[in-house]
Amino acid sequence: MKNWQKHLGLLLPVLIIVGIALGVKITGKPATRETFFTVLKAIALASSLNMILGYTGYVSFAHIIFFGLGGYVGFYLISAQGWSLWLAMLAGGMAAGALAFLLGKAILHLRGAYFALATIGVNAAMQAFVTNFEPFGGPIGMNLNFQVYQQYGGAAQALETAFYALAAIALVGVIVSYLIRTSKFGLGLLAIREDEDAAEVMGVVAPSAKTWAYVISAIIPGIIGPLFFFKNGNVEPGDAFPLQSSIELIVMVMLGGQGTVLGPILGATAYQRMRGYLLTSPIFKDIQLSVAGALLLLIVLFVPAGVVGWLRNRFPILRRVLQ
Amino acid sequence: MTRTNDIRRINDIRPILQVEGVSKHFGGLVAVDKVTFDLPEGQILGLIGPNGAGKTTLFNVINGVYPATEGRYFFRGKEVTGSKTYQMAHLGLARTHQVVKPLDELSVRENAMVGACFGHKDYNLSHAARVADEVLEFVGLADRSEQLAGSLNVAQKKRLEMARALSAQPYLLLLDEALAGLNPSEITAMLDTIRKIRDRGITIIMIEHVMHAIMNVSEHILVLNFGALIAEGTPEEIANNEQVIEAYLGDPKLAERLMQRNDNGG
Repeated sequence: MKNWQKHLGLLLPVLIIVGIALGVKITGKPATRETFFTVLKAIALASSLNMILGYTGYVSFAHIIFFGLGGYVGFYLISAQGWSLWLAMLAGGMAAGALAFLLGKAILHLRGAYFALATIGVNAAMQAFVTNFEPFGGPIGMNLNFQVYQQYGGAAQALETAFYALAAIALVGVIVSYLIRTSKFGLGLLAIREDEDAAEVMGVVAPSAKTWAYVISAIIPGIIGPLFFFKNGNVEPGDAFPLQSSIELIVMVMLGGQGTVLGPILGATAYQRMRGYLLTSPIFKDIQLSVAGALLLLIVLFVPAGVVGWLRNRFPILRRVLQ
Repeated sequence: MTRTNDIRRINDIRPILQVEGVSKHFGGLVAVDKVTFDLPEGQILGLIGPNGAGKTTLFNVINGVYPATEGRYFFRGKEVTGSKTYQMAHLGLARTHQVVKPLDELSVRENAMVGACFGHKDYNLSHAARVADEVLEFVGLADRSEQLAGSLNVAQKKRLEMARALSAQPYLLLLDEALAGLNPSEITAMLDTIRKIRDRGITIIMIEHVMHAIMNVSEHILVLNFGALIAEGTPEEIANNEQVIEAYLGDPKLAERLMQRNDNGG
């Protein structure tokens, strides 16, 4: 088999993200760019959640805290310490990774529902902590001095730069997701997902594998957080730690197909587009979250493998392309 | 030079597994009671006893699933008391489960690759895939390698357990009722496989309820009753041991019949 054919599964994920970035570049409309900014953010966050949820089999209801914590740390460094956006993103990623490492040591030994419950507590605790943490502005949050955008060629240019930076992160994110999925490390994670005891009997060092999967899955949202709030110009607890976003991310991963590389990308794109439609529709605009809930219910009941998983099972011939 | 030769000679005669006074209590229940035995390399050791005698618990202690309440055990000359299951795997111990534990959503090949990747050989993915294919051929699952493990039938899942364990290329293999639930022709095929594994130089301990099979295939047998070792010896000695017949087989004539089947089958 030719070398490039072995990596056919990477083709669609990369094409989708490059396609989005190029499409926005060609149309050149700021409104389109803003729409696809949220799509790319959802793709990157869902792909990162998939590493712990889909590959390792641990349902986390707190994935958004890594986005929130990274965002807060990065935003603080930009606004109060005068760091550049790029260094702040790096710091945000590291802060989120460090939090995941500590959390992993503390709660990743819990199995199944107990882990999921613990993560809900963690989400609430993080929001309460930041709301009361004065250096981060407490309940009001922090604002960015408009002057900061001058370094990035003015506000309009900064928004555009942020979009392409996000596209690059999303691209790296899905490549990392693919590399994990097809690596020995990833095989160990899948074994843990299927039967953790059996995996350990075969020699998979589950405690450390789980922790590292969790750390990697946290770094990506931690990097995106500073970028997102830099673009917004302010950060506050409600925007940084929305519990419903954690749930929406789970819906995206489940919809597209947990445990596959392509699934979260398709799920995030579809969900985000649907959400955009619902929010602007007069009937659904107030109940769009209940649509997410109903969608999750339907997926779990009827297509637990998600769209990509279903296609893979139904048409084995597609497996090499749909990974 | 002489020194290394000496060490090698010591290693040759040293048992692969030494169990010294191992007990396991669950609250007030003594599941394993001060069991002591040595296992020479290259043997098939049968572990028998009535239901609830503590056979699987003994496996679980040696394998690192439960810590021993007391006693020590040594694997290849090194004390491994209290080691975790994955540490035992890294040292070259592999096992199959009485209740099969296939990784359902992974293919049969991937299941075997997990054994090869994370066992003591620590193979990379492409090497593991070659080992897995070879082992699947050996256990007769080669034509199923692309199938999801969850779609196999019971006999195939038993073979998959075996394949995963063998892919690790272990020194010692613990087989927990590998024959349970198989029909007579499947049992014959499995026994053949087990002998072939031994011929590859892998030491085996097997728990089994299919008496004629274990009498047939083992070189040495241990009998557990209420957690304690009540007899050990060759299959002939065990079949004629009055204590065993009383405590376990119940009917002395049963032993004669079993030996007869042994002669025919062997």
